[in-house]
Amino acid sequence: MRARVTAIASNTFREAVRDRVLYNLIAFVLLLSAAAVLVGQISIDIEKLVVINLGLTAVSMFGIVIAIFIGIGLVSKEIEKRTLYTVLSRPVRRWEFIVGKFFGLTGTLVVNTVFMAIGVFAALLYVEHKLVQSDGLILVALYFIVLQFVLVCSLALLFSSFSSPLLSAVFTFALFVIGSFAEDLRNFASMTHGLTRWVAVGLAYLVPNFSAFNIISSVAHGQPVAGSLVLHNTAYAVLYSAAVLAGAILVFEYRNLK
Amino acid sequence: MTSRRSTTVIAAATLVAAMGASVLLLRGIDRARPQATLDEVLLISSPKFLKRASLGYNGLMADIYWTRAVQYFGREHHADATEYKLLAPLLEITTYLDPKLLVAYEYGGNFLAPPPPGGAGEPERAVHLLEYGIQQNPDEWRLYMSLGHIYFLELKDYAKAESAFERGSRVPNAHPSLAVMAALMAQHTGNLDTARALWTATYQTATDKNIRDNAFEHLIALRVDTDVTRLQAAVDGFRQRTGRIPASLLELAAAEGWLGLPADPDHVPYMLTSDGRVEVRNPDNFPFITMGVPPGYKAPPPRFLHRPDN
Repeated sequence: MRARVTAIASNTFREAVRDRVLYNLIAFVLLLSAAAVLVGQISIDIEKLVVINLGLTAVSMFGIVIAIFIGIGLVSKEIEKRTLYTVLSRPVRRWEFIVGKFFGLTGTLVVNTVFMAIGVFAALLYVEHKLVQSDGLILVALYFIVLQFVLVCSLALLFSSFSSPLLSAVFTFALFVIGSFAEDLRNFASMTHGLTRWVAVGLAYLVPNFSAFNIISSVAHGQPVAGSLVLHNTAYAVLYSAAVLAGAILVFEYRNLK
Repeated sequence: MTSRRSTTVIAAATLVAAMGASVLLLRGIDRARPQATLDEVLLISSPKFLKRASLGYNGLMADIYWTRAVQYFGREHHADATEYKLLAPLLEITTYLDPKLLVAYEYGGNFLAPPPPGGAGEPERAVHLLEYGIQQNPDEWRLYMSLGHIYFLELKDYAKAESAFERGSRVPNAHPSLAVMAALMAQHTGNLDTARALWTATYQTATDKNIRDNAFEHLIALRVDTDVTRLQAAVDGFRQRTGRIPASLLELAAAEGWLGLPADPDHVPYMLTSDGRVEVRNPDNFPFITMGVPPGYKAPPPRFLHRPDN
């Protein structure tokens, strides 16, 4: 079972690399280099802030775009090219296919993030000429960004398992935007009364909470991150993506592929 | 020439020509729509909306707005503007998006409060900005310093200035000058010595070069004001003793036993007018002076960003 999942995951990774997904690293390097050199000349006292804010925002944005646009095609492309039938005609279970695709895409994004993280630290070193202890917090922010990717991958895969690529992209992006307002939604929901309150609060909790993963701004100012937040976010990402993946498996398991 | 090659040549030529023409066209559009970019940005003037629209990436958005604030002030200042309408909203948006961006509060305190052309002439909004900054960063003593600075220099409210300095002096690791300033304010000493102490503290503690340069220019101006006050007193004393105005500062220097002619910070001697007033020879070089200028003199916009010798 593990070998089959690993094989699908590694093939997904290889396919993403063949699709030149990692070319986004060039755009990332150009963006950070330009920021590192230019910002000092056109602004005041925020060179380091910009490198961290821009670097981590770019890591997050690029990753989310990749997760959405690769994720939405993971199932539908296989059906369209009819390669899915070849895979499923072998002793591969449908859930193994979904889980393998998920780990393949997540792995691609982790590799991408590692290269971008090297870029962020290199730019920081260029601007500041040294790294300090608080810069280690950037690693925590990067870890949270990877957790975001895990959620987005699972959502894209869920929608990809039953919808067209275009609609899957729309649904995934919409959920990402809604999830960025998750805390506001919960606050709004708590202002309602009676049955509406229960329904609204329930829906607000069902939405993926992306806002809790964004600590870029506080990390840029060197503010410490609570260990409990790291633990909670990790657990949340694992549980939520597991739930979404389970949904994707259920949908895919009963999908008529004829 | 083969068909493929001719297509390549024509496409490449079209690309270069069209791109060049569009750049030229853009320059024309910019000339036809001055200030358009910044005005458009401020069509979205709600910091709350911007924070929501940034989808959590508000740190980067704040950096962009901060850069715009700096660029806006620099450009308007360079153009000898007499008002800076967008400076306050830009700084308010910046600090709402990133409440920890301390330099924005300090910058606001220094360039939002003073009257034009040196600043935006909006001390109340500067106070509001700094109070918000203190609320968000209660342990940053520099913010209390800037707040006291505005109350003392712009609003002449010594009680509130004392309160700001006193609150700041209680912050852990606060600069010792805050306690000194609080004591001076308690004495209601709105004189040149107090102002000098305040600007000296600002100069010594500011991290931003523009703010340091601004403080340096004010210190220079204070020295000129002090010199002129002292020289004018000497002229008046000479007149009381002799019943006439000294023929020149040379005569005054000889009468007072001075070793040389008193000179301004640029080492240019002061001058004595025929009606007995002491003036600097080049008042444009000291944008913040309040004494020693000809009657009706209108100061040019301060050029504190360009003095190389501080």
